[in-house]
Amino acid sequence: MKSGKLGAWLAMFLGVAYFLAPLIATFEFSLRMRRGEYSFDAYRVVLASADFHDSFLYSTVLGLLTIVVGILIVVPTAYWVQLRLPKLRGLVEFITLLPLVIPAIVLVFGYVRLYGSSSILPLTATSLGADALLMFGYVGLGLPYMYRSVETALRSIDVRTLTEAAESQGAGIWTILVHIILPNIRSGILSGAFLTFAIVIGEFTFASLLDRPAFGPYLQLIGANRAYEPSALAIIAFALTWACMGLIQLVGSGIRIPVGKR
Amino acid sequence: MSFLTLTGVRKAFGANTVVRDFNLSVERGEFVTFLGPSGCGKTTTLRIVAGFEAPSAGEIRISGQDVTHLRANKRAIGMVFQSYALFPNMTVAANIGFGLKVARKSPADIKSRVDEMLALIKLPQLAGRYPYQLSGGQQQRVSLARALAPSPQILLLDEPLSALDARIRVSLREEIRSLQRSLGITTIFVTHDQEEALSMSDRVVVMNEGAIEQVGSPSEIYNAPRTRFVASFVGTLNLLNGKIVDASVGAIDIDGQRATTRRKLNGAKPGDILPLALRPEALRLGEGGDDRNTLAGVIEDVAFLGAVVRVRVRLQEAAVIIDMFNTGGPDLPARGAPITVNFSRDDLIPLQAH
Repeated sequence: MKSGKLGAWLAMFLGVAYFLAPLIATFEFSLRMRRGEYSFDAYRVVLASADFHDSFLYSTVLGLLTIVVGILIVVPTAYWVQLRLPKLRGLVEFITLLPLVIPAIVLVFGYVRLYGSSSILPLTATSLGADALLMFGYVGLGLPYMYRSVETALRSIDVRTLTEAAESQGAGIWTILVHIILPNIRSGILSGAFLTFAIVIGEFTFASLLDRPAFGPYLQLIGANRAYEPSALAIIAFALTWACMGLIQLVGSGIRIPVGKR
Repeated sequence: MSFLTLTGVRKAFGANTVVRDFNLSVERGEFVTFLGPSGCGKTTTLRIVAGFEAPSAGEIRISGQDVTHLRANKRAIGMVFQSYALFPNMTVAANIGFGLKVARKSPADIKSRVDEMLALIKLPQLAGRYPYQLSGGQQQRVSLARALAPSPQILLLDEPLSALDARIRVSLREEIRSLQRSLGITTIFVTHDQEEALSMSDRVVVMNEGAIEQVGSPSEIYNAPRTRFVASFVGTLNLLNGKIVDASVGAIDIDGQRATTRRKLNGAKPGDILPLALRPEALRLGEGGDDRNTLAGVIEDVAFLGAVVRVRVRLQEAAVIIDMFNTGGPDLPARGAPITVNFSRDDLIPLQAH
C-alpha cells in the first residue's frame, strides 16, 4: 500500500517536473537580460514594443471575430443535428474533426489556391479579404473544439422537450435559439470560445503564409532575432493560454450564473 | 360542430404504424383522457394534435379550422410535459410570462397575467425562484401556469403526474381538474393510470396498439367495457369463458353452471364461446335471491388487504376473485371450504369475441 502511494507521488513529481522544468528555465532566462542580476527588462522591452501591441491587438480582434462566426455556424448546426438530424451526428462529428487531421500547412495552401489573386474569389488580393480569409481559416481550426464543447452542452439539456415547450408558447426557431438554447449551453459556448481564442493567439502557419500581422508571426520574428525577449513572450503567451484554461474551468465547473433575472 | 375533431388520423414511422384510423370529436370545455399502455400511440396522437408530429394521413380541425399542417407555434395550444420542461435559465415568473412575451404583450399586461397565474397555482411567493429551486410538484404547477398563461384554445397534458410521488399525484390531479373546470378549457390528458383517467375525465379514450378500443364516460368504460382489452386494462377483473345456451334470454353456461345476463348477446348462437367479464366487487359470498346468479366453488385463497378482503374461489376450470369490504368481523372465510357466490344478472358483461 505504502509503496503504491510512493509510486504515485513519484509519478506525480516526474510529471510536474517534466512540465515545470522548461517553464522555470525559460522564465529564469527571461530575467537575465541585465548582466549580473535578475530583472524584468525583457518584459519591459516587449510590452513597450509597438509591434507587440499591434500584432496582439490584431490577433485579439481576429480571435473575437472567429469566436462570433464560429458560434453562428456551430450552435445552429449542432442544435439542428441534435433536434432533427441525429442520424447525421457521426458525419458532422467527422467533418468537424478534419482540421485536427489535415495539417494547417495543407489547409492554407488550399486556401491560397482557391482564393488567390487569379481565382474567381481573390480574397488574398486585398488586405481586408486576406483578413477575412484568415478569420474563416481560424474558424475551421477552432471547429473541433467549438463543436465538441457546444455539442456536449446540448446533450446535457433536453433540447427536444425545451424546444417543444417553447413552440407551444408560440416561439419561432430564432426566439428558441436565442432565449432558450443559447443561455442554457452558455458554459459550452464559453469553453469553445476560450479554446478558440487560445489557438488564434498563438497560430503561426496561416498568418505567416497569408502574410498577416498577427501575434504568431511576431513571436517567431522576435524568436529568430532576439535573445531574452522570446523567453519573455513565451511566458506571456503561456500566461494568456492558462488564463483562458482557468476561465474554462471556472465556467465549466458548474458555477450557476442565472440569466434572465428580473 | 365539435371543437376539436380528428378524422382518419394515421401515423407511421417507416413500416411501423403507431396510430391507425383515429377518429374523435371533442366538445368545447370537455376533459378527454387518452388511456392505454406504453406504446399504444396515445402520446403520438397528442403530439399530432400539438403539431409536433405531422400525421401520415387524416385531418385535424380546431374550431372548424383545418390545422393539420399548421406549425406548432401557430396553433395556440398549451402543453404540459411529463418532465416539466421549464426553461432552466428563467425564473418562475419569466417562465410563466414567456408565451406572453413572445406574443409581444406589454410588460404591464405580462406582469398582471403572471401574478394572476401565480395566484391560480397558489405559488405567488415563488415568482423569483429558478426551476432547480422547486420541488417536482411545484415545477409541474408552474408548467401548468405557463401553459395556461397565453389563454390557449386547448390544453394538452402529457402524463404530467407520472414523475411525482403518490401523495402529490392525487392532490395535483384534483387541482388540475378543478382548474380545468373553472377555466372551462378544452383539455386532453394522456395517462397510463386508469385511476387518474377515471377520476378526472368527462370521457376516456382507451387505446391499444395505435387504435381506439372504446370511447365513453368513465362509468361506461368501467361498467360496460366492450372488449377484453378494455375490461382487463381498466380495473381488476374476472375474465371467464361462457358457452351460449339461449341468447334470447341471456342464458350462458359457465364452467358447467348456468348463469344469465341481462345484457345483449347480439348475434350469438347456442354453443358459441363468449368472453365474459365480472368485476370482483360485483360478487357476494353466499346464496343470492332468485333474480341473481349463483355459482358453486371452493375457497382457494383469502388475502387481507386492509379495507378490502380478497377471496379467490375455484369453480371448476375457472376461478373468480371477490372483493369484499372489511367490516371488522373476526372471521375470514376458511381456505378449502365449499362456498357459493352470487352476482346480479346486470354485472355479467359479455365482451366482443375478438
